[in-house]
Parts: sequence; structure tokens; C-alpha cells
Amino acid sequence: MQKTIDISRQQRAIRRRENISGYIFMAPSLLFFAGFVIFPMLMCLVTSFFNYSMTDFSFIGLSNYNELVADPIFGKALVNTVVLVLVSVPFTCFFSLWVGSVIYNLNEKVTSFFRCVFYLPVVTGSVAVTVVWKWIFNSYYGLLNFVFKNLGIINQNVNWLGNTATALWCIIVILLTTSIGQPIVLYVSALANVDHSIVEAAEVDGATDLQVFWRIKWPQIMPTTLYILVITTINSFQCFALIQLLTSGGPNNSTQTIMYYIYYNAFKLNRYGYGSAMGIVLAVIIAVFSAVQFKIAKTDNG
Amino acid sequence: MKKLLAVLLVAMMMLSAFAFAEGKTEITLWTYPIGNWVNDEVVQEIIANFNKVHPEISVKVQYLDYQSGDDQVTTAIEAGTTPDIIMEGPERLVVNWGAAGKMVDLSDLWTDEAKADIGATSAALERACKGADGMYYEYPLCMTTHCMSINYNDFEKADALKYINEETRTWTTEDFENALRALTEAGFMPTGIVYCGGQGGDQGTRALVKNLYGAQFTDEAHTKYTIGSEEGKKGLQKLYDLVQEGVLTADPGIVAGDEIPLFCNGTTSMSFCWNASAEVSNKSTMAEDVKSFPMAFPSDDGVPELDGGIWGFGIFNNGDEAKIAAAKDFIRFVCDDKEQAPKSVYATGFFPARASVGDIYTGTEKEANAEFAIFMPYLGDYYQVTKNWAAQRTEWWNLLQRVFASGNIEAEVEVYSNNANK
Amino acid sequence: MNRSVKKLSAYKVLCIIILIAVALFFIFPLYWIITGSVKDPKIINSNPPVWYPLAAQRTTLHYQKLFQKPAGLWMLNTVFMCVMSMGLTCLTATMSGYALAKKRFAGRTVIFGIFVAAMALPKQVILIPLLKQMAWLRLHNTLWAVIFPTVAWPFGVFLMKQFSENVPNEMLEAAKIDGAGETRTFTQIVFPLVKPGVGALAIFTFISVWNDYFMQLIMLNDTNVLTISLGIAKLQSELSTDFGLIMAGAALGSVPIILIFLMFQKYFTRGITMGAVKG
Repeated sequence: MQKTIDISRQQRAIRRRENISGYIFMAPSLLFFAGFVIFPMLMCLVTSFFNYSMTDFSFIGLSNYNELVADPIFGKALVNTVVLVLVSVPFTCFFSLWVGSVIYNLNEKVTSFFRCVFYLPVVTGSVAVTVVWKWIFNSYYGLLNFVFKNLGIINQNVNWLGNTATALWCIIVILLTTSIGQPIVLYVSALANVDHSIVEAAEVDGATDLQVFWRIKWPQIMPTTLYILVITTINSFQCFALIQLLTSGGPNNSTQTIMYYIYYNAFKLNRYGYGSAMGIVLAVIIAVFSAVQFKIAKTDNG
Repeated sequence: MKKLLAVLLVAMMMLSAFAFAEGKTEITLWTYPIGNWVNDEVVQEIIANFNKVHPEISVKVQYLDYQSGDDQVTTAIEAGTTPDIIMEGPERLVVNWGAAGKMVDLSDLWTDEAKADIGATSAALERACKGADGMYYEYPLCMTTHCMSINYNDFEKADALKYINEETRTWTTEDFENALRALTEAGFMPTGIVYCGGQGGDQGTRALVKNLYGAQFTDEAHTKYTIGSEEGKKGLQKLYDLVQEGVLTADPGIVAGDEIPLFCNGTTSMSFCWNASAEVSNKSTMAEDVKSFPMAFPSDDGVPELDGGIWGFGIFNNGDEAKIAAAKDFIRFVCDDKEQAPKSVYATGFFPARASVGDIYTGTEKEANAEFAIFMPYLGDYYQVTKNWAAQRTEWWNLLQRVFASGNIEAEVEVYSNNANK
Repeated sequence: MNRSVKKLSAYKVLCIIILIAVALFFIFPLYWIITGSVKDPKIINSNPPVWYPLAAQRTTLHYQKLFQKPAGLWMLNTVFMCVMSMGLTCLTATMSGYALAKKRFAGRTVIFGIFVAAMALPKQVILIPLLKQMAWLRLHNTLWAVIFPTVAWPFGVFLMKQFSENVPNEMLEAAKIDGAGETRTFTQIVFPLVKPGVGALAIFTFISVWNDYFMQLIMLNDTNVLTISLGIAKLQSELSTDFGLIMAGAALGSVPIILIFLMFQKYFTRGITMGAVKG
């Protein structure tokens, strides 16, 4: 009897020590996380129910959300954001997988050269990349029009960023160049780590390259693919500098995204409450996207 | 002895504490790029002049740009880190920040003498600087009229000079159309670009639409936007038709900052965003065969009504009386001092708000500016003080984008009017 | 050698040719930045374009103009911001990652769950309250206003937890038996074992802060605290677009980091890969 009490007391002491030391180690992170992520998130939720501007702060219930539903520009922004994500994410994955599979088993120097090149736009910095593309896309003296005209692709200057039909695609192209570097690096290493004995065995059995790829390599690089899907999705949702510096959401809101529209409402129109409501909606959308991706991941692994 | 020492010490400490309190008042000044008020050398010289008279006040300056300046001030207001003095026009100082209760009333700067002197230049100035609540949120330094400019050489080659009145610098809507056609025929393409990629330089596109058929941008009392009037719609329709005809270009991808260089390097034959300051600052980049010839905007009756620009100073209420007083001293010195005022205005490249300052350009490096005085009589209503101004500006370039995309003037203007007059 | 040459099928050769074309497309903007930054204003927008500026067509004018602005300070600010973010993120994330992986304290699954859930949240969502908060803390307009939210981002914690899982429990117990305190266990046993992870996290943080524009745009106003990204963006003014000057800014902002990247390429690649494998 005496002994069990001793043990449980001892255990409790151990547990207490674990608690204390655990929280001491957690403290700095928790402090930052609570202070600069959780607290603003809650404030965002609260202010989304307020008419909050430079001069006003009054509770208006769900009015901001009602207005959102009826706001045609928000609708456009939503569609554009989804298009941006749905185009750039699969394309990034597919293209980087293709590049990865071409270069992973080349001479080491060649592999590293290509890896470097595709990673360049990432280290160049989004603003520097954006301004040079703005110049290249310029419809009067931009390089793209000159080259396309000389190649006979177009007969007269196209206003790439000023045309509702092309502006969003220009943005997507630039977004692709800045987001493809990391996936390629990841695929190269994932493909190099594929178990070669199985591959060789399959080849001996007369499997075609394509079969080897889908049956053997693809399942093995699945975790990498999922990771790439997740980070590319998050990156595409966060695309902001491109929009702000290239088109300001125009022409005709054809490049308006939720991210930019939040910024626009908050900092051009000083409608903080409305902007916050949009932020909440965006957070929900991203949560849904992530949930779907995790679900796919689960079923594929199971 | 010891006691005496202690008393002395305490006295000294108090003195030094006093000296410290009495010492430097530090104020901050934010300027938008108004002529050379963005050039640190020029501004530091002005501050140095100020410090000769007021050595007790130190001025820290920071330069904003039009691309992100408003966002910066907005964040600063939200964050409580606004500067003491800000330099821009009434559309921001009075309508935006003044109306939001962020600015200090400057009635004591507006002495009777100042009112008379400034009033002699234009009655619009005082009206623009006064808020709806009767408080003065701005004290003006300079003003100008916004005009456009044509490439004289192109017009000459296209035999289009007959469409402009070189004397009065005016032309009619019909002249304008004919000139565009002549230029197009002579191969000068694009003739001009109606830029609408953002709000930069939108005074040009506003004045263009407004003048074509004599529309008013707002009502007289500055309570609502009236470009939805018949005259306004006719103006938009005309522009749309000219673009459809292929003699004028509309570009939702650029703003004035992109359009002006195109004019300067000879790509286009006219710029819709011009004024005395643009003339000076673009001198060095002008291509050899480009000869800028400032013109008023074309109008149906040949009598243009040009947009004005007013620039001056306002003070943010940061709750520190000493700083507010120091800021007022600075403004008084820059705008009212007999010796300094001409120099302050000269740096902007515009024209003095005070009539007594007189002609400051003749016989100087900026001689060319004197020619802009010809536009002063065409100065129209300063309507930029209408409420909702900031929101209206975005509605405006979006309206142009939609008009040129769909051609459905009626419907698009209605959307604009509804949003701008919300 | 012979074998690999034989293995290069026609398909592969075609792929490599396409890749080279695409690679040119990726290198070109950088080339255009660098040549654009030294082109004489007269030829910068000429038609046909000058593909390569000859000696007579080159000028240092754009750089002179650039350094009339506090461009050096912008660089310094950017470096300071990156280094501080890196240091603080690595420190806090390593500590909490270790705690989450190895300490059985109450509520740890809940905490970890919240961390993971917050990971997908875009920063823009919380920008408005965050701005207010920074103002209230008197941090607005200081580099800390960008650094703190970066450090608060939960990705690092997640990554370091995965790395800390690999620390063998036996080693921790052995240390305990030897009488090592918590601090010593952490610095002398845990830290060396998760060092590769710390390196990966450092590189990740560095790249993301370097590439960030949004946070900086909102939080930094004063000319003295601008970063190079903001500086470049601000070089575009209302009444003129001086592409030469802007390219000079872009070159200043990108060339140093590219050189660092090329020098430490191996570490970058390893860091990125490790981050993913564990994350």
C-alpha cells in the first residue's frame, strides 16, 4: 500500500516536472504564436462583424458577410483566385515532375545546373522578377511583342497586361516561373531515392519505361507529390506582389484576387471590417482546400 | 560649502533639464513628389534656410510616392505614427484626412492678409482648403492647371497644326478628331493613349472626358459626381468611337507614369497628363525629334475648363502642442516668408498661391514654366474636394476600363454613379 | 560512360533540348535585369531592342541614381531582417519542436493540432488586426513588425518536431541518469542531433523573408526602414517609369543573393529537400 502511494506520488512528480519543462521549452514559440497569429486571427473574426473604418467602429452583425455575397467584384476575385490555384498547382506539379524525371539521372554537374536555373527566380526575389516581367510585357516597347512580331506569331502589338483575355495568364506564367524551383529540387532527390533494385528487376521483366514510372516510381514519390501540392497551393493563394505591381487587379477586375481585394478594401477604401470578413472567408476556403488534399492523401496511402 | 555645491548642482540639473525641454523640437515632414520637393538636396536647403530662423526646431523629412503614398499614410494613421506636417492637395488633406478628424485646424495661418493675397490668385484656393465643417485643414503653397501636350513636330509633319490655335493653346472637339485622323494617316500611331490602368494621373483622363462636351464632373456644391450627365456620356461615347475608329488608343495596362515616357520618347504624339512640372522633369528624357507643345484639352465650344492642382501643407493632430506650434512655424516660413516663399514655389515648378509672390520663372532655368501662365484663365472648378473622393478615383479608372471593353456607356456610367455617390 | 551514352534515347535528347529552351526562358529575365541596369537611357527602349549593350552603350548612370537614394541602407535592413528572423525562428522552433516530440506535457496534442491547422493560413488574412497590434506595441515602422510575425509562423515548429522525433529516447534517458539538466540535455544532446533540421529551417526562413513583400509593404513606411523589395517597388513613380533605374534596383536586390545561392547551392538543395522529407 505504502509503496503504491509512493510510486504514484513519484509519478505525479515526474509528470509535473515534464509539464513544467515542456511548457518552458514551448514558451517562446507559444508566446509568438499566440501573440502574432492566434490573437490577430480572433481580432479578425471580431472585426468582421463591425463597420470598422477610419472614423467608425460599430457592430453591424452579419452585414459585411451579406454584402460580400452580393459583391460582384468579390465574386470575380473568388473565381480568379480559384482559377489561379487550379491552373498553377497541377501544372507546377506536372511540369516539375517532368523536369525532375528528365534531369535526375544525368551527369551530376548537368543536374545541378538545371536545378540551379529553375531555382533562380525564387532567389531573385518576387519584386525583382515582377518588375522585369512588367518591362518585357510592356505593349509599346516590351520585348515579348517584338519577339512575337518577328516570329510572325502576332501582327501587331498585344497589350498583354491590359487585356482581359491575357492579363491573368501573364500573371499565371510569372507565378509558375517563381514557384517551380522548389518542386524540381524535391522531385530530383525523391526520384534519386527510388529503390533501384525494384526498377531494375522490372526492367529485366520487360516493363516499359512508362510502366516502370507509374507502377514503381510514382507510388514511391507520392509523399513528395503531396507535399508539393500543399506548398504550391498555399503559395498560389498568397500571390500578391505580382498583382499589385503588374495590374492592380485590372483590367476590369480580370486579375482581381481575394488577396488583393482584401488589401484594396483595407488600404485604399479604409474598410477594415469588410476586409476582415473577406479574410475570414478566404481562411475558410483554404481550410476546405487543405482538408480535401489531406483526404486525398489519406485515401491514397490507405 | 557642501550645501552650496548641492544647490548649484540641483540648479544646474534643472537648468539642463529645462534646456533639454526647451531645446530641440523634432518634427517630421512627409512630402508627395511635388516638383522638386522629392529631391533631397532641394528640400534640405529649404530646411537649412528654416533653421537659420528657427534653430530650435529640427525637421525630419520623408518622401512619399503616389503609388503607395496613400497606403502609407493610411497605415500611419491606423498605427498612430503620422508625421507632423504633410504636403499634398486638398483632395487628401481636407476631404480625406481632414474630414476624418485627423488634422489640425489652421485658421490662425489664414490671416486676413493671407486670405486677401491668396484670394487674389483664385477664390477656388480658399474654398478648397476649407473643410465642410468650416475648419481650414490646408495652407496652400502653390497651384497649377493640368493640361495636355502635343508633339509639335508630329503635328507639323501630319499637317495638323491647322487644327490647333497656337496663340490661345485651345482647340475644339472637332479639331481634336481631325488632328487624330491626320496623325493616323501620316503614320503616327498610336496618336495618344487614354490610360486607365490605375489612378495615377487620372486628372488627365477626367479633364479629357469632361471637356469634350462641356460636362461637369461634380455638382456645384460638391456633393455628388455628375459625369453621368448627357454631356459626360457623350464625351465617353466620343472617346469610345475614336478608339473603335482606330485613331486613338485606350490602354487599361498603363497609368500616366507609363504614358508620359511614351510621349517623351516619341512613341505617341500627345500626352494627356501634363503640366509645368512635367515639362521640367521630362526635359532630359525628351527624344530629339519630340517638341513638347502644351495645349488645353479640346472642348466643343473651344473654351476649356481645366482642372487645377493645389498643393500645400497640413498638420496631423498628434496631440503634442509644441510640435503643432513648431509645424505651424515651418509652414509660415515656407509659404509666407518674403524671401523663402518664391524659392519654395520655385522648387515645385508650379505657380504661387499668394499673388504677391508674382512671376518667379522669367529669367531662370525654368523659363519654360512661364509659358504655362497662359492656362491660368482656363482654371475651372476645384471639385476634387467632393466627398468619397478616394473611392471615386478607383471607380473612375474602372469605369474607363469597362467602357472601352464593352462600349455600353449607359450601363457602365450608371454603375459608376451608383458606386461613387454611395 | 559508354553505357549511359547508349541509354540516352531519342526521347531523352528531345526532352533535354526542350529543357534547354525552357532554361533560357528562366535565365533570361535575370539577364535582362543586369543588361538593362547598365544600358544607356537612349537605347533602353529602342526598337529593335539592344540584346547586348556594347561598351559604348553602357553607363553607370542608373546605379549612380540608385545610390542617391539610401539603397545601401535598404540592403542592410533586408539582411538584418532575414538574419534576425532566421535566428529567432530557429531558436524558438527547435525548443518547442523538441518539447512537442519528447516531452509528455498536458495539452500537447491540442497545441500541436492548432499549430498544424494555422500553417495553411495566409498571412494576409490577419493583416488588419496585426497592423493595429504593431501600432499598439509601438513596433509599426520598425523591422521587428515584420520579424515577429515571421517567427510566429508555425511551420518551423512543425518541421523541428519531425526532426526531434528521431532523437533516440535512450540518449535522453542516459543523459538524465548522468545527471544532466534540461538545458545541458538540450544544448549538448538534442541540438547536435537536429542540427541538419535547423539548417534546413534557416534556409527556408531566409528564402521566405527574402521573397516576402506583403508584410513589408504594410508594416514599413519610413525611408530608413525600407527593404530592398520595397525600395525597388517604390522606384516606379507617378510621372515616369525609369526602367534603367528600376533594373539597377532589381540587380542590387538579386545579384548578391544569387551569388550566395550559387556558393552554397549544396546546402540550399539539401535544406529544401530535408524540410520536405520531414515536413
